[in-house]
Amino acid sequence: MSDVATANRLTFMQRHLHLDGQLLTALALLAGVGLIVLFSASNQSFGDLQRQMIRLAVAFAVMLALAQVGPETLRRWTPWVFLAGLVMLILVLLVGVSGKGAQRWLDLGLFRFQPAEIMKLALPMMLAWYLSRQPLPPKLLQVLFCLVLVAIPTALIVVQPDLGTSLLVCASGLFVLFLAGLRWRLMLSALALLASTAPVFWFFLMHDYQKARILTLFDPSRDPLGSGYHIIQSTIAIGSGGVFGKGWLNGTQSQLDFLPERNTDFIFAVFSEEFGLVGVLQLLALYLFIIARGLYIATQAQDTFCRLLAGSLALTFFVYVFVNVGMVSGLLPVVGLPLPMISYGGTSMVTIMAAFGILMSIHTHRKLWAS
Amino acid sequence: MKNSDNQLRDSREEKALFTRRAVVAGGGVLALLGLLGVRMGQLQVSGHQRYMTMSQANRVKLVPVPPNRGLIHDRNGVVLAENRPTFQLLLTPEQIDDMGATLEGLRRIIAIDETDLERFQALMRRSRRFQALPLKLRLTEKEVSAFATQRHRFPGVEVEARLTRHYPHGPHAVHAIGYVGRINEQETRRIDSSRYAGTSHIGKTGVELQFEERLHGYAGLERVETNALGRVIRPLERVNPNPGEDVYLTIDSRIQRVAEAALGEYRGSIVVIDVRNGDVLALASTPMYDPNLFVHGIDSRTYRSLEQDIDRPLYNRALRGQYPPGSTIKPFLMLAALQHGIFQPEDRVFCPGFYSLPGINHRWRCWQRRGHGHMNMADAMAQSCDVYFYDLAFKLGIDRMHEFLAPFGFGRRPGLGMPGELAGILPSRDWKRAHRGEGWFHGETIITGIGQGYFLTTPLQLAQATAVLANRGTYRPPRILKALRPLGNGEVNTLTPQPGEQAIRLSDEQYWDTCTEYLEKVVHGSRGTARSIAADLDYRMAGKTGTAQVFTLGQDEQYDADELEERLLDHALYNSFAPAESPRFAVAVVVENGGSGGRVAAPMARAVTDACLRYIPDEAPEPTEAEEQHV
Repeated sequence: MSDVATANRLTFMQRHLHLDGQLLTALALLAGVGLIVLFSASNQSFGDLQRQMIRLAVAFAVMLALAQVGPETLRRWTPWVFLAGLVMLILVLLVGVSGKGAQRWLDLGLFRFQPAEIMKLALPMMLAWYLSRQPLPPKLLQVLFCLVLVAIPTALIVVQPDLGTSLLVCASGLFVLFLAGLRWRLMLSALALLASTAPVFWFFLMHDYQKARILTLFDPSRDPLGSGYHIIQSTIAIGSGGVFGKGWLNGTQSQLDFLPERNTDFIFAVFSEEFGLVGVLQLLALYLFIIARGLYIATQAQDTFCRLLAGSLALTFFVYVFVNVGMVSGLLPVVGLPLPMISYGGTSMVTIMAAFGILMSIHTHRKLWAS
Repeated sequence: MKNSDNQLRDSREEKALFTRRAVVAGGGVLALLGLLGVRMGQLQVSGHQRYMTMSQANRVKLVPVPPNRGLIHDRNGVVLAENRPTFQLLLTPEQIDDMGATLEGLRRIIAIDETDLERFQALMRRSRRFQALPLKLRLTEKEVSAFATQRHRFPGVEVEARLTRHYPHGPHAVHAIGYVGRINEQETRRIDSSRYAGTSHIGKTGVELQFEERLHGYAGLERVETNALGRVIRPLERVNPNPGEDVYLTIDSRIQRVAEAALGEYRGSIVVIDVRNGDVLALASTPMYDPNLFVHGIDSRTYRSLEQDIDRPLYNRALRGQYPPGSTIKPFLMLAALQHGIFQPEDRVFCPGFYSLPGINHRWRCWQRRGHGHMNMADAMAQSCDVYFYDLAFKLGIDRMHEFLAPFGFGRRPGLGMPGELAGILPSRDWKRAHRGEGWFHGETIITGIGQGYFLTTPLQLAQATAVLANRGTYRPPRILKALRPLGNGEVNTLTPQPGEQAIRLSDEQYWDTCTEYLEKVVHGSRGTARSIAADLDYRMAGKTGTAQVFTLGQDEQYDADELEERLLDHALYNSFAPAESPRFAVAVVVENGGSGGRVAAPMARAVTDACLRYIPDEAPEPTEAEEQHV
């Protein structure tokens, strides 16, 4: 049958290293582009470049390691990973280390890490695990249970506060529900409900700085030296890049320090300024390829758990790209999310590559069905 | 799993359902990425002209203006730390046609060594060509004027003045003041970056670190117009920085100097406390070092020589030196014995030169090998008879000793607030179990009676305990900060000392007088251990000598100072307060390897107390509210 054929079609790399060649090539290409942009965005600092390369090496190693873990093992671990993630999220609120006004880190002596990162993987795993044990599409009661599972970690991350990560965690869970066949009717009514409660969020639940970010989206000149400054400077950077860009290392906006956070969350503006629309479209195409490959892997997966998990991970990766580029280009409010594989910094990169490790594992551990 | 047929059919349906959903999701992804593409096109194609113009007009930059650091004064306004303009030589590579010739020319009028050159070249590789880079950090006045006359020959070279920390008295009071140094990576992570924008130095130790928050101030901002390459053309507007607060210490520079001179070549520490308000008048630790070395970045060779110096000049003995209190603990134990009815003043103990317990084959030696004979409390104190206090300690027991001594401040940080204060050790059963993992032995109680064994105190603790003794049990927290002057030119706000607290209550207030009387005999009595300083003393001093053993002699060894290495000599200690009848100044002296408390440490305390009486006016401090109520 076609499954037999699939198994036979596994390449050498897929069979022995459990890596997916296409995905690996695209990710490596992306990492390469990232290093080139980072060098320019960090004032040609070889030190930053070196540190980023070390992080990349760690991230690729994590990917390679997770790719070796079969989906069955992953499935067995799932409830425990989720539980451990929850415990750590609670711990971080009690004994976590603060930095930049938020309490996100657990100090393990050797290194610090953010338990919220684990949730980006653990929550979709948990939902996929739960839903794969039910007949699909899910019934209302199961959907509600899933929503509770999504809400708990999301709420724990919101209060840290870390809006960007909570958004991703929430999205990764909702994607699983969507892919599991959540009825359109339910989705639409939930959306309507959400829209009607928006004023509650606005008036009671949002921090002032979060409101300011949304207000400045509509009118960046409201606060030209505060939260509007980022958007004004980054749209100037992007727009002045034009079709062909100002050339590598020649972006005046970025090189002359006008662009804030230019090697982290706003690195896309540096890229756009220096490489222009031509470069931007190529980069977006590369992202599109990676996401599409992820979705393809999901459709080829052999059981519900793998399908739901793979699909959710691919779509979550898309959220990174969309939110970051949307924010930098002034379409979305400023939410602290990095541009995956390109922004300077290691925490989210490791999680992203771990997700691709899982995707590769799902794709390369497919077996022959005993008929 | 019950119905595998059903399961299989369901799973086919599920797979189809999933694929449909995945296709929808993929479509969504494509659409949203398309939206991003459109947005980028909007910005980069149709908006390009407008944004390009904005980018070229983007010429206003914010430049931080660092605040002036607050000055540090002594209690009388003598400046201990100030800011001085220093001159540095700046080169702007873009404006220099022939760098080699310029450097060659400059070297002829200004001393520029290889290190300067290497650092400059490293800087040049890292920076943009229009940035002015320092070639030499500290120019002498001669070099500044030599350059001024020839500056036309050097386009692109300029001399810039900036304020840097300077300690006008060099090593004087260095362990109290501390020093500033360049902000390191660790500190960068800790500090508020907008407040420290443009600041290069930060307090590293002493008062400079303790009051960093107040001394530093807040950075200001300057908006400047730049050209398209980012070079500053002219300033537009300026938000002035808030300078740091000026700090007035409780230290009296004159008394501090006397203390430092008294210590001389010895390693040791003298701490002086005004017992009526807790003011630390002197906080001396020798040997000292020059804090100015650290301001401009000390070179590693000098640092290593300071660090590895056998005399350890960087070590703040006043706060961190932990020494056995030796016999200076005796007055406190005497009070404990009176309080608990162990001894009455007239009770006698026979001193044959050693102390032993029935059934234990060990002799605890008195410092006086011949023995003191019959000792009452007054004699035992004046002659510092060890046997009397062995017996006292044995009868008192470690628990009551610990309980009585703790309120004097032994075994805890004195709370001056200076970085690095240590707590010493006030031994107890609990302490020993926690730190040594074993129970308490009788023998340890006995040597605790002469301030040996596990007992450790810092000079600041000894001065503080002596102040509590002088205050008849009232504990006033020691303080180093006398006044503050905000914003560099405002009013000087003198801080009110914290109220004292009755930490020790004796069953009979007379015991305090008894104690003072006996301590006066140490100085003024004919057989007192500190009688050598009593000559021409025109006030009454209550004091106690002590020696702290650096190592333990075997039971039958003779003590022979000549044969011992100087560094194996006992530490000499002396605590005192004066005037005895209405105490004002508590002094603690610790001289490492000084040998004899009476001969070496006591004269230092005398010199310092003389200075205190000369320099500190005798105005009765107003009692604080809490104390009034107590009276």
